[in-house]
Amino acid sequence: MKPARVLIVDDSSVMRKIVGRALRQAGLEMEQVLEASNGSEALTVAREHPLDLILSDINMPMMDGLEFVRQLRTIEAAQDIPVVMITTEAGEAHVVQALSSGASGYIRKPFTPDQIKERVIPLLRG
Amino acid sequence: MDQSSKTGQERVQIHLSARATSRSSPAAGRPSGETRSKSREGWRDVLEKAACEVFEIMVGTSLGRVTEDSPPVNADFTAMVGIAGSLCGVLSLRTSSQSASRMAAKMLGIEEDEVGENVQDAFGETCNMIAGSFKSRIPGIADSCALSVPTVISGKDYALYSLADGERFEVIFSFEGKPFSVTLDLHG
Repeated sequence: MKPARVLIVDDSSVMRKIVGRALRQAGLEMEQVLEASNGSEALTVAREHPLDLILSDINMPMMDGLEFVRQLRTIEAAQDIPVVMITTEAGEAHVVQALSSGASGYIRKPFTPDQIKERVIPLLRG
Repeated sequence: MDQSSKTGQERVQIHLSARATSRSSPAAGRPSGETRSKSREGWRDVLEKAACEVFEIMVGTSLGRVTEDSPPVNADFTAMVGIAGSLCGVLSLRTSSQSASRMAAKMLGIEEDEVGENVQDAFGETCNMIAGSFKSRIPGIADSCALSVPTVISGKDYALYSLADGERFEVIFSFEGKPFSVTLDLHG
């Protein structure tokens, strides 16, 4: 697998660092790790950079993660990028809503590096 | 969450509420106090499990329970997350700034003197994750109530008045020998 270009979206800078560390602990080799603190910033990053993977929180100011993934899927070059939602909202309705918005997967906070390995790494294409 | 505060020479007073309906007109169909209390049996244990899960996974530390001779929680760091919907209230964490810095350092895998402003962010996110974990463990509320963004208060010179006038569940832990309080105040 080639080194991945990853975007981490969360309004908490601490959570962005923790997610990045969890990806490394899961064994993902990363060429580039980009960060955004809300969906609006993330859309700008996604338009400007080729990406292999996006991990996004849902509850964020300005633009939440669900709206972000909906708008992301309208960008032709970003339609196939795996997007995994990482959030405290773990109800079944939230999961269904995330997947129907265009997310590829869902992980509840708190999460372990093993969960990242099992649910995120398989989404990456060789 | 409504907040108002007086600043200046006076002690800061912070009023909190998180509710989906008017206080003066309880929602029709909601259970009576007695029924509610019965249905909430065991919620203190659920709160304890939620806090322990978050600390074990995100902080890498097991929380201990306090002993009778433990010192009282001398908190100058407080984080709060409002809950609104079918369940309304406020979940709060309280500890010392030293413990909060230690916790943030462990979460980030860095030294305490490198934590800086990350301490507020880490403490607020911990509160948020405990609230989320608690919510996901109570059947029927995971999808029917929402969490606010966390609020973090540092300093001791404030008085907290929660407008959540219902039950209170509190668990006091020991985090690396220092007391750490997790409280859920419910409205109605």
